[in-house]
Amino acid sequence: MQKSIEYDYSIAKLFVFTTLLFGAIALLVGVVIAFQMAFPSLNYLASEYGTFGRLRPLHTNGVIYGFTLSGIWAGWYYFGQRVLKISYAEHPFLKFVGYAHFATYIVVMILAVITLLGGLTQSKEYAELIWPIDFLVVITWVLWGISLFGSMGVRREKTIYASLWYFIATFIGIATLYIFNNLSVPTYLISGVGSVWHSISLYSGTNDAMIQWWWGHNAVAFVFTTGIIGLIYYFLPKESGQPIFSYKLTLFSFWALMFVYIWAGGHHLIYSTTPDWVQTLGSVFSVILILPSWGTGINMLLTMRGQWHQLRESPIIKFMVLASTFYLFTTLEGPIQSIKSVNALAHFTDWIIGHVHDAALGWVGFMIIAGTYHMVPRIFKREIYSKKIIDAQFWVMTIGIILYFSSMWISGITQGMMWRDTDEYGVLSYQFIDTVLALIPYYIIRGIGGLMYLIGFVMFIYNILMTMTAGRLLEEEPKYATPMAS
Amino acid sequence: MEIETLTLIQKNAYLIITIILCLCLYGYILSMYRSEARGERDYEKYSRLALDDSMNDEVIEKR
Repeated sequence: MQKSIEYDYSIAKLFVFTTLLFGAIALLVGVVIAFQMAFPSLNYLASEYGTFGRLRPLHTNGVIYGFTLSGIWAGWYYFGQRVLKISYAEHPFLKFVGYAHFATYIVVMILAVITLLGGLTQSKEYAELIWPIDFLVVITWVLWGISLFGSMGVRREKTIYASLWYFIATFIGIATLYIFNNLSVPTYLISGVGSVWHSISLYSGTNDAMIQWWWGHNAVAFVFTTGIIGLIYYFLPKESGQPIFSYKLTLFSFWALMFVYIWAGGHHLIYSTTPDWVQTLGSVFSVILILPSWGTGINMLLTMRGQWHQLRESPIIKFMVLASTFYLFTTLEGPIQSIKSVNALAHFTDWIIGHVHDAALGWVGFMIIAGTYHMVPRIFKREIYSKKIIDAQFWVMTIGIILYFSSMWISGITQGMMWRDTDEYGVLSYQFIDTVLALIPYYIIRGIGGLMYLIGFVMFIYNILMTMTAGRLLEEEPKYATPMAS
Repeated sequence: MEIETLTLIQKNAYLIITIILCLCLYGYILSMYRSEARGERDYEKYSRLALDDSMNDEVIEKR
């Protein structure tokens, strides 16, 4: 190989910084809105800019498109070069595209924060950004596509590693569905009245709902799932020094996931006005989804066979193994919730909120944190500043997640049971306000759980920043396990 | 066309495509195991792509 060339981590470094920044902001906003649910008067702390209605989309967009995408892109610009055996140092065009990708992404994020806080939204869940920003999102995405396929075009390795297949899935899945879901008519340009920022969906009624949830669930599928699987298929083998348990199972799980996942969004519309067969298919495909998801989860856990002592020795491995465990747990919980009879109880309740946070806090958050701990010492050529902080952070965050999902489980099932409870004459036993009052203790526990997760994240940021500035200098790049000071 | 007819076509098309894709997926698994049994391919060696990813490591399969 060409010994003089080194991997170029300059773009990965930028995305590591945005992972820390957007993670902190999105989690902070999440904690604020969690406490607003418990103490409604907190809504009035910052005029209309601090209300739940404005902060909630900021939280979801911040977590999905700020924190998670930054983590995925940091991973791509870090190990994309490594598994393809190319360097941006020898491809100035690809390096330029990477910088352009980062620059447009930052512009989109700044505009997203300004517009969402300003109350400008097209009122579609996980697709709130107004129509002019949608064009910028497309440019950002196309630039990533050029980087992704351009890098593969000049690769030295013939085989494209499994992680990159998952990134291709993220790229194609989001590209297709984002455009379809955001097709809209800017009302001012057509009618000459109203706001220039306002638009209406090209679809109406039930069709709009189906397109929205075709997209909405696939934001989960192709950002939270495939993007993060892409990260774990690289970072867990590399950090543990163990090859993937079965590469064949990886390939099969990939194609099975592609085949099934895109159709599962219909489960958001069970008991709505969508055709019954669409609801049934959404439900059936969600249950089938257990197979490819568990294929990946089990493949990850079996990668650690004979190496479980690493769980004691390395807190980074601990993060990754618990991330895989949360993936197994979440991908069993989701299908159960999409079974029609269970959905009758679960729909619109906090149990769904609990479910999404099992995934976002456990699977996504833990994997990105572990990936960052793996990348930073290699990017900055420094040892991790403190192993004790990682360990403490792990336990603070894990207890936070447990408080979060257990409170939301109890709260959601309580809600569902109270809403459908009737007396012997078929009259509802409770008014809506009765359920709200019954749930307040659980909302407080949820807020505390979220706060613990945020505290853990602050510890993570401190440890990473100290690693960058005060970690012991490394003479050579570690092959597998990341070195860390006690 | 009547809406009932359209819904029927949608349902049946969905079912037929699902069955075809299922067969493709199982065919893929079969072809993977067969090509490995015949010694034509070794899928497991690609796991090393993540582990031996230094610039100085040997390329597993050159383009």
